[in-house]
Amino acid sequence: MALSQDEVLAGLAELVNDETGIPTESVQLDKSFSDDLDVDSISMITIVQNAEDTFGVKIPDEAVSDLKTVGDAVNFIVSAQA
Amino acid sequence: MTTTIVVTGIGATSPLGGTARESWDALLRGESGIRSIDAPWVAEHDLPVTFAGQVKVPAVEVLDRIEAKRLDPSAQLALIAAREAWADAGSPTDAHERVLVDYATGIGGLWTLLDAWDTIKEKGVRRVPPMTIPMLMPNAAAAAISMDLTARGGARTAVSACASGTESIANAIDHLRAGIADVVICGGTEAVVHPLPIAAFASMHALSKRNDEPARASRPYDVDRDGFVLGEGAAALVLETKEHALARGARIYAEIAGGSVTSDSYHITAPDPEGSGAARAVILALQQAGVTPDQVNHINAHATSTPVGDVAEYQALERVFGDRIREIPVSATKSATGHLLGGTGALEAVFTVLAVNERIAPPTLNLENQDERIPLNVVTAPLPLGDGPLVAISNSFGFGGHNSVIVIKSID
Repeated sequence: MALSQDEVLAGLAELVNDETGIPTESVQLDKSFSDDLDVDSISMITIVQNAEDTFGVKIPDEAVSDLKTVGDAVNFIVSAQA
Repeated sequence: MTTTIVVTGIGATSPLGGTARESWDALLRGESGIRSIDAPWVAEHDLPVTFAGQVKVPAVEVLDRIEAKRLDPSAQLALIAAREAWADAGSPTDAHERVLVDYATGIGGLWTLLDAWDTIKEKGVRRVPPMTIPMLMPNAAAAAISMDLTARGGARTAVSACASGTESIANAIDHLRAGIADVVICGGTEAVVHPLPIAAFASMHALSKRNDEPARASRPYDVDRDGFVLGEGAAALVLETKEHALARGARIYAEIAGGSVTSDSYHITAPDPEGSGAARAVILALQQAGVTPDQVNHINAHATSTPVGDVAEYQALERVFGDRIREIPVSATKSATGHLLGGTGALEAVFTVLAVNERIAPPTLNLENQDERIPLNVVTAPLPLGDGPLVAISNSFGFGGHNSVIVIKSID
């Protein structure tokens, strides 16, 4: 069953926290991974790998560069689930 | 005039304790760090050897969780030991370009490598972690130390199997005498208590199989020794020129007076039966230290507890010291720690520095019936070394015919 935007955000925040230690409450839709959250490229790859497993979706390498904000990633995952 | 090099900081995390001091105190108490391995993979693979010297304090209990994620266990242990040594030395300088790291490993990031291979097989190539290469590379420990302590004078890695840790200290002496650094952080690490190395070392009949008595398995010089015991851990030393140490009012443990590296050019695993390469290493280190064999009054031997290796080292020592080798107090501390491979020389250097500083030779465990072919004066209970000038050596030898020896002197 497809998860809601809020549920995906909560799940993604856990993955970001697990990889980087950033508090889950800081992971908000309007936050940029690199500029606001200071997630480096290595951590971004790990978060994407874990998101694929957690949400059962495929996030192609060429799509990752377009995921600038947490909202971009949440929306991508929500649509990919459908 | 040769530049005098001194030790101002020590650190270790070993099967005997989570710090240099805890490891040393446990060693003097005669404790063993060798225990049965508490991991499901021992039974899963029906390993022929079920025990090892695992670190007393797991790295993940010391490091921040996120920090640990990007380091192989070998680099985690290295970072813990290096931080301890640096703090122990009183954070010697802010001249970051004059601080050099020369840090060793025998194998490198083995857990990372094999975990990633398991991931490929189980989940496919898209799940291989992006940090795999920077975590498995053998220079990862030196790089982690360099980044953490802001050491910008170079971060080098000595790799010479079980001689690695001692070789890094010999290298550190060279760097300081060449004037390319004021302070060097040296030492070595290893963390390969994993089914593959256990199976591989067992395959070459190198490991003790005393599964029912782990604490009695590492028994250098004993007639019933049947191989070495795999250990893990890391140690680090801060070395600096005596001039630099005195100028900042540092506490000095001992002088590191000489270090040597030689190679047998004989066999990839077997020691030269005449011990000529090992003997040359001892002689060169003593020459560099400006002392004669007659002045040596303590030896921390390589002594891995293998039937062949212990005899070969004795023969090398006998070549250098003659009949006097029967009198010099010899400690074989692998009897308590197991063999830390690339970390072993560093841990034994820390023990030898403390032996000289505190004027006491640590005990050798499990010597019940001494091999008559090895008539050494083996220390079996803590032995006071007297009030006079002390000169100690610590030996390490590795697969590939690598020999390295350092000379440690008491401060005048």
